[in-house]
Amino acid sequence: MEHDHSQRLQEQVLAAYKLGKPLAIQGGNSKAWYGNEPQGEILSIAEHHGIINYEPTELVITARAGTRLSVIETLLAEHNQCLAFEPPHFGETATLGGTIACNFSGPARPYLGSARDFVLGCQILNGKGEILNFGGQVMKNVAGYDVSRLMAGALGTLGALLTISLHVLPKPEAELTLVKNVDAAGAIQQANAHARLPLPISASAYVDGLTYIRLSGTEGSVKQAAAYLGGEPLANGELFWHKLREQQLRFFQTDQNLWRLSLPADTPVLDLAGTTLYDWGGAQRWLLSDSEATPIRDAVSQAGGHTTLFRAQPSIRRHNAAFQPLSEAMLRYHRQLKQAFDPKGIFNPNRLYAGL
Amino acid sequence: MSSFNTNRALLLAALQDIQPQPLILNQPEQLKPYECDGLSAYRSVPLLVVLPETVEQVQAILKICQAQRVPVVARGAGTGLSGGALPHEQGVLLSLAKFNKILDINPERRTATVQPGVRNLSITQAVDHLGLYYAPDPSSQIACTIGGNVAENSGGVHCLKYGLTVHNILQIKIVTIDGELLTIGGHSLDSAGYDLLALLTGSEGLLGVIVEVTVKLLPKPERVQVLLAAFDDVIKAGAAVGAIISDGIIPAGLEMMDGFAIKAAEEFAHAGYPTDAAAILLCELDGTNAEVAEQLSRVHDILLHSEATEVRTAKDAQERATFWKGRKSAFPAVGRISPDYYCMDGTIPRKHLPKVLHAINQLSEQFGLAVANVFHAGDGNLHPLILFDANKTGELERAEAFGGKILELCVEVGGTITGEHGVGMEKINQMCVQFNSLELTQFHAVKAAFDPQGLLNPEKAVPTLHRCAEFGAMHVHHGQLSHPELERF
Ligand SMILES: Cc1cc2nc3c(=O)[nH]c(=O)nc-3n(C[C@H](O)[C@H](O)[C@H](O)COP(=O)(O)OP(=O)(O)OC[C@H]3O[C@@H](n4cnc5c(N)ncnc54)[C@H](O)[C@@H]3O)c2cc1C
Repeated sequence: MEHDHSQRLQEQVLAAYKLGKPLAIQGGNSKAWYGNEPQGEILSIAEHHGIINYEPTELVITARAGTRLSVIETLLAEHNQCLAFEPPHFGETATLGGTIACNFSGPARPYLGSARDFVLGCQILNGKGEILNFGGQVMKNVAGYDVSRLMAGALGTLGALLTISLHVLPKPEAELTLVKNVDAAGAIQQANAHARLPLPISASAYVDGLTYIRLSGTEGSVKQAAAYLGGEPLANGELFWHKLREQQLRFFQTDQNLWRLSLPADTPVLDLAGTTLYDWGGAQRWLLSDSEATPIRDAVSQAGGHTTLFRAQPSIRRHNAAFQPLSEAMLRYHRQLKQAFDPKGIFNPNRLYAGL
Repeated sequence: MSSFNTNRALLLAALQDIQPQPLILNQPEQLKPYECDGLSAYRSVPLLVVLPETVEQVQAILKICQAQRVPVVARGAGTGLSGGALPHEQGVLLSLAKFNKILDINPERRTATVQPGVRNLSITQAVDHLGLYYAPDPSSQIACTIGGNVAENSGGVHCLKYGLTVHNILQIKIVTIDGELLTIGGHSLDSAGYDLLALLTGSEGLLGVIVEVTVKLLPKPERVQVLLAAFDDVIKAGAAVGAIISDGIIPAGLEMMDGFAIKAAEEFAHAGYPTDAAAILLCELDGTNAEVAEQLSRVHDILLHSEATEVRTAKDAQERATFWKGRKSAFPAVGRISPDYYCMDGTIPRKHLPKVLHAINQLSEQFGLAVANVFHAGDGNLHPLILFDANKTGELERAEAFGGKILELCVEVGGTITGEHGVGMEKINQMCVQFNSLELTQFHAVKAAFDPQGLLNPEKAVPTLHRCAEFGAMHVHHGQLSHPELERF
C-alpha cells in the first residue's frame, strides 16, 4: 500500500487546477527529450508503482503507472510471458505510464500490435483532479468510449495515467533471425511480399545493406519458415533486435536530427537527404538528416504518412514542432477533446501540439 | 429527459431540397421495417428514413438535422443486439445500406477500403483469391455491415488471437454532426495526434457517421484444425481453458457451451455433439503446418489431463465445419426450443467462471426462467441465453431483470456489462453500475467535443446522471466492490 501515491498526486493536481498552473507529468524521466519541451511543475509518478494484479492464465497484468518496465518484464518472463509490443525503454528508469503515454512499440509492432493495441483499461487523473476508471481487466469490453486507448500516445495531455491494465502474451517457444543481402527497394518489396504469406515473421528490418527477418513460433514452424526464406541465421539475433529497439545500433550514434517516418509499409524508397534505416517491414523508417523540416514533412505526408522529429539538439527542437502538424479541422477536435479532459490545460501544455 | 420536437414538414422539405435528392421513406408502411434492430423487444418508429448514396448527401443531411435540431440514428444492417440502431421517434433514421461498394483492394498493402454498408463477410469473399481475409468474424457476419462493426467494435470467434475490430482497421472517414468530413487514422500503422480511431471505434454512432473504412487484411493460415472435448463438469472445462493458455498456446478460437446449449444445438444442427456432456469445448488452432501439428498434440494431451471424457479432432474441413455448425447455430437453436430468448453479453475474468455460472443457475431458479450458456471461453465473454415467452405476461420484464442481474454480477467480479454487443438502449441502466457519476460525466464531455447538441443517437450508450439516480445504483462502482458481496447471489 505504501506505493499507492494516488492521493498525493490527486492533491497536487487539484491545487494546480485551482490555480490553472501547468504540470509536467514525469515517470522515470527517461523520455524528457521526446515531444516538445516539457513545461510546468513536475508531477512525479515514479513513486506510484507496484504490480496490482497479474494473472498469467488470464493474460492480463495491472500495474501502477510508475512501475518500471523492467520490473514488469522480469515478472512476465518468470511465467514465460511478455509484452508482445516490445516497448523500447530508452533508459533503465522507463515506466509503464511513460511507455503508454508515448505509445512506444518495438520491432514486433506490425505483426503483433502496438502498445495501444494491448491496453485494456486504465485509471487516470483528469485535469480537474478526478480519479476515473475506464476499460477494465478483461480482453473484451465495449462499455463506454474507449478512453484507455485514447490515452495511448496522448503524451499525458488528456490525463495523468495512474494504473494500466495490459493484455500479455506467451513468449514464443523459438526464435531465429535470418540475414540477407539486398538493396533497400528489394527489402521493402520482400517485406511486403512476406507479409502476404502465412509465415511466422515477428520483425523485419533493413540496416546498412542487410535485411533482417525474425521468425517466432514453435520450433517446427520456425524451422519450416527458415527453410522457405533462406538467408544466413544470425548468431545473436536477440541482441540485434534489442539494439535496434533501444536505438543503440551504430546508425543511431550521431548528433544529426533523427526523424521517425511512419508510412504505408509499401512506400518506395523516398528521395530524402540523409540516411535511412527501415523497421516494421517498411512502415517505420528512421531518417538521419540535417535538412529542413518542411521538405521531409511534405514528402512523407504526400506518401500518406507522418513524421516525428524524434531526437534533435535543443536549439533545433525549439524551432521545430516535434509532431506532424494537424489539419485545421483535426486540431479543432483535438482542442475540444483536451477541453473535455483538462479544461484548464494544466497537463503537459504544448508537449504534443502548441496550444494543447 | 431530452425534448426533441421536430417539425416534420420543415425537415422533409429541407431533405427534399438536397441535390441530387437521397431516397427518403416517409410512409408508415415504409418506416415500420426500421422500427427495431436485432433486439426486437425495443421498438420505435422514426419520423423519416433517409438512404443516402454519397458522402455529400450524408453531409447535407447532417447539416440540416443540426440546423433543425433533429436526432439522427445511423443504421447498418440492423443486426445489433443492444438496440443501438433503435430509431428516435422525433428523428431521422440514416440507413447506410446504399453504401455497399468495395472501393479498393490493395494486395501489396494488405488493405481493403470499403463503404460502411458493405457486409463483413463480403470483404473476406472479395479478397479470398489473394489468399487474404478480414479477421474479425462476428457470428452475424453474413448480414452485419463493417460500419456497424466499427461502431460496435465487434468481435467474433477468432478475436482471442486476432483481436477486435479496433485491432484490424487502419482508417475511417466520418461525417460529423456539422457535416464536416474527417479522415481518421491513415494507411501507416499510426497517425499524428490523438488516437481518434480508437475513440471512434465502439462509439455506437454517438460521435459521427462512418462513411468509409479501410481494414487490414491477413494471410489465410496454412492449416486449421479443430478439437472438440466433452466434460462431465463445466468447472473442469473452464480449468482446461486456463491450462491451454498457461501452456503458451493462443488458439484461434476457444468456445464453450453448457449442457443445455449442447442439447439445443445438437437437435438443431446435428453436429454430433455428445448430448450427455455437461460442457463441451471447441478449440481451433491455426498457423503453419508445423505449428498446428505441434500444438494439436499438446492441446490433445492437455484436454485429457483436464479430465475431458472425450476428445475428437476434426478429420477434414467438412467435419470441422460440422463441429462449428452447432456452435454457430446456438442462437437459432435456442430460438427453436423457446418462443423467445434474450442474449446477454458480459465479460468476466475467466477464473470467476465457476462462481458466475453457479450464480447464474441460482438466478435462473429465482426468476423461474431457463438459461443456456454459450461462451467465448478464451476471453471470458459470456453469452447466457435467457429463455422466455413474450406472450406470457411479465416474462419479458422478468427476463430483462434476470439479464440485468447477470450483468451486475459480471461487474462485481471485475468484468464488464458488454464484451461485444454494445450498450445501446439495452444496457443503459447497467452503465450506472459499471461507471460512477464522474466517469459518466467524462463520457458526456467526450460526446460534447463532437456533438455538443447531443443529436447523434441520443439517449443511448451513456446514461444521464438523472437516469442513474432513478435507477438507484449510483453507489455501486468499481473500486468499491469486493468479492464478498458475491455471496448474496
Ligand atoms: C445472430 C447474431 C449473432 C451475432 N454475433 C455477434 C458476434 O459474434 N460478435 C459481435 O460482436 N456481435 C455479434 N452480433 C451483434 C451485431 O451483429 C454486431 O453488433 C454488428 O456489428 C452490428 O452491425 P450492423 O451493421 O447490423 O449494425 P446496426 O445494428 O445497424 O447498428 C449498430 C450500431 O452501430 C451504429 N452504426 C451502424 N452503422 C453506422 C455508421 N455507418 N456510422 C456510425 N454508426 C453506425 C448504429 O447507430 C448502432 O448504434 C450478432 C448479432 C446477431 C443477430
